[in-house]
Amino acid sequence: MATTLERVQKIISEKLDVAIEEVTLEASIREDLDADSLDVVDLIMDLEDEFGLSISEEAAEKITIVKDIVTFVDGQKA
Amino acid sequence: MKRRVVVTGLGALTPIGNEVVTFWNNLIAGKSGLGYITRFDATDYPTRIAAEVKDFDSLQYIDKKEVRRTDLFVQYAIAAAKMALQDADIQIDDQNAERIGVYIGSGIGGLPTLESQHSVLMEKGPKRVSPFFIPMMIGNMASGLVSIHTGAKGPNSSSVTACASGTNSIGEAFRLIQHGDADVMLCGGTESTITPMAFAGFSSMGALSRNNDDPERASRPFDKERDGFVMGEGSGVIVLESLERAEARGARIYAEMIGYGMSADAFHLTSPAPDGNGAARSMLAAVSNAGLELTEVDYINAHGTSTPLNDLYETIAIKRAFGDHAYKLAVSSIKSMVGHLLGAAGGIEAITSVLALYHQTLPPTTNLEHPDPECDLDYVPNEMRKASLRTAISNSFGFGGHNATIAFKVYEDV
Repeated sequence: MATTLERVQKIISEKLDVAIEEVTLEASIREDLDADSLDVVDLIMDLEDEFGLSISEEAAEKITIVKDIVTFVDGQKA
Repeated sequence: MKRRVVVTGLGALTPIGNEVVTFWNNLIAGKSGLGYITRFDATDYPTRIAAEVKDFDSLQYIDKKEVRRTDLFVQYAIAAAKMALQDADIQIDDQNAERIGVYIGSGIGGLPTLESQHSVLMEKGPKRVSPFFIPMMIGNMASGLVSIHTGAKGPNSSSVTACASGTNSIGEAFRLIQHGDADVMLCGGTESTITPMAFAGFSSMGALSRNNDDPERASRPFDKERDGFVMGEGSGVIVLESLERAEARGARIYAEMIGYGMSADAFHLTSPAPDGNGAARSMLAAVSNAGLELTEVDYINAHGTSTPLNDLYETIAIKRAFGDHAYKLAVSSIKSMVGHLLGAAGGIEAITSVLALYHQTLPPTTNLEHPDPECDLDYVPNEMRKASLRTAISNSFGFGGHNATIAFKVYEDV
């Protein structure tokens, strides 16, 4: 089964049209992956669907790098 | 003193060609772009035919991420605008960007996005409606995104006058150059609404042809057996440029744009006025604005939708405006071949009018097989014709009673 990171990488890669290899744990979603504020909202929706969870606006605001997403998702599952 | 304005670039995406040369060659060959709807399952709809753009590859013009964030009508406009700029051989840079503007109209806007996002709302609730829903749907986005993708920083707007949107947009752009607000304008129309809601709505109005058995013959402007319009899609964008600038850079000049007129019927939601008064005044306003005598008009690119009312009332309007000269000038409707592109119609029909002058060739009205005794003008039936042409006007009329006419002339260096 795919790891959380792999699933996040796949979604981000498709959504933002970037190569999977660019979606590293330390990559900044806005700066390195070139997402604007609308892309981020759209991405959050896809992540909620993929992992079957709810990401509050407060939680979403804290997400800046890919690792933040992985940590949040794994934290919810635990 | 008003500045002279010329046409130096053309870009088109149509049901009979994804660029201008193919479009024109197919037009004069009388080729039809009509067929069965492929965009959605139209089995249960009273009308199952349309004139779709075929094999459009948006990635030729924008990247994958941008495709996902834009509706088709915007992608079509970007494609047509980029082709027109290339055809004009204009490069937008820091020196000229603020003098180059965009005026591209859409009659309806992003209906495909509206429909898919409304389904999301119904099925998944408000929190799942895309943040791109509004910016993808609103009709001004064609002009907005064309400026973003070309770097044109001058005047930027769009007309929303239903099926007159493209013609009004070109007319307004013409004035901006005449009055010195811009030196170059990318202008025209764009539309893509081959969707379930559009076909349901236009069908309920009784506006669409139901000739499902014979799609290529369904759009038959001025023919006695016409029974409605066939919806098309696409975009037509032209480059208007001040004569001064065009001459200074040695640009190829297709034609001169010389006039713009408009009027309102002040009559009915959807029906044109039966006496042709509004449409006639629009044509007269354009001819007067162009400084022409009525007898100097050689060709009218008609609105000619193939609806029973439009074609009759437009014929009445032409006679009302031109008197005896109505029988001497040529009239044709390319909607017989490309269907009705709604807000984009004025864009591709301006291109047609310009190329008619440039090539001294009248595109035909195809499917004109059973003359309607009440439509008795020279509609260039079925076959293109070589002709000596000096001027052409192009008509567009929109629901709400908007009438718009633009005028072009063979470019003469005087």
